[in-house]
Amino acid sequence: MRVNHKDYSGEVEPRTLLVYFLRDELNLTGTHVGCDTGHCGACTVVLDGKAVKSCMVLAVQASGAEILTVEGLADDDRLHPIQEAFRENHGVQCGFCTPGLLMSSLALLRENPHPTEADIRRGIEGNLCRCTGYVNVVKSIRAAAEAAAKRRMEVER
Amino acid sequence: MIPKKFDYYAPSSLNEAIQLLTENEEAKVLAGGQSLLGLMKLRLAAPTALVDISKLPGLSYVREDGDHLAIGALTTHDTIEHSPAIKEKFTVLNEAASKIGDQQTRNLGTIGGRACHADPAADLPTALRVLDAEFVMKGKKGERVMPASDFFVDFFTTAVGHDEVLTEIRLPYLPPKSASAYLKHSLREHDFAIVAAGTVMTLGDGNVCREARIGLGAIGPTPLRATTAEQYLKGKVLDEAKIADAAVKAVEGVSPPSDVHGSKQYRLEMIKVLTKRSLRLALSRAGISGI
Repeated sequence: MRVNHKDYSGEVEPRTLLVYFLRDELNLTGTHVGCDTGHCGACTVVLDGKAVKSCMVLAVQASGAEILTVEGLADDDRLHPIQEAFRENHGVQCGFCTPGLLMSSLALLRENPHPTEADIRRGIEGNLCRCTGYVNVVKSIRAAAEAAAKRRMEVER
Repeated sequence: MIPKKFDYYAPSSLNEAIQLLTENEEAKVLAGGQSLLGLMKLRLAAPTALVDISKLPGLSYVREDGDHLAIGALTTHDTIEHSPAIKEKFTVLNEAASKIGDQQTRNLGTIGGRACHADPAADLPTALRVLDAEFVMKGKKGERVMPASDFFVDFFTTAVGHDEVLTEIRLPYLPPKSASAYLKHSLREHDFAIVAAGTVMTLGDGNVCREARIGLGAIGPTPLRATTAEQYLKGKVLDEAKIADAAVKAVEGVSPPSDVHGSKQYRLEMIKVLTKRSLRLALSRAGISGI
């Protein structure tokens, strides 16, 4: 499989969940294990362009897939614009749910670059934040969308 | 949470999948995995082998096929939610798909998987039951097609044999002047239904009800049809009183369970409420408003 633009191969037991392959085999521990039952979304990664919960996918099912985890967002020391928006708008409190929220936000904005507040709230429905930080998370995603629109306008000019 | 050990097979064709299922009696078919893996992690299910059909080509599609719309078994809930053909002609299925879990679940979960899992509180079975969907299954002995009324057998049990694969779901087109709606009552939007009602309304000349279909979910081992209420509405010019009567008739013979999500009495009341609202919604979509 290809993870964060790098090829990886390995043998796993069939019952290995993708999240444990990423964390334990590839040492990509940015993807968090929250509930481990498919509810909280902390383990969300982008698999072939779609947000999925990596605790609800077997590693063997992702064989040959293109995966993006939170480690693949920043460009060296430069934060991804969505990360930048979360930082600017205090979309992070304790930070545990943040990797999952960032990946859901990325998939959402790629599919829908101009989301309404309702679209944003629906898009992150599968990500639970127990610090109750949704207001700032929504604000962050909206800011990221606006910043991207502004960048596109500048490029077009 | 780690599932119990199992053998994993990734067949490259449907025939190979059927062969593997024939050889492994305790094997389960893995599609999107959004229900099955959850059960396996909790060790409520422990199949000795998984036959992963999720990568099989040609099982994900929505296409017109004569008198019905054909949906490939591996079509995801997200695709169903965004299919213009389903949205326009089978609103009840579009609405049911849009209410399943969350975005991540809808990205992987499939219509075939949801149908075969046959959770009585799930959204799709109720919608498929009210649409009189037909299920195409393939096995060693060939292909068979079965109506929804026979497909859902019991709690988490369908008519699919252990050596068969559900490949397609067919939705017979509704007559002109038809509309449908799906309503679900749950604690939080992405939760399973406490009760659900999907309705299809077909109007005739002079806005007489030519056919009414009422499907109920989460009220027993399988999705049900409220046939007494359906018969009552047929041939009548509808008004608020008749809709209310139909809602009362919808609970006749229904015996929903009492559990932590709601008592039997509560569910019976909510069936009436949802049936009424769903019928009104379908009627307004068919062109009659103000009821």
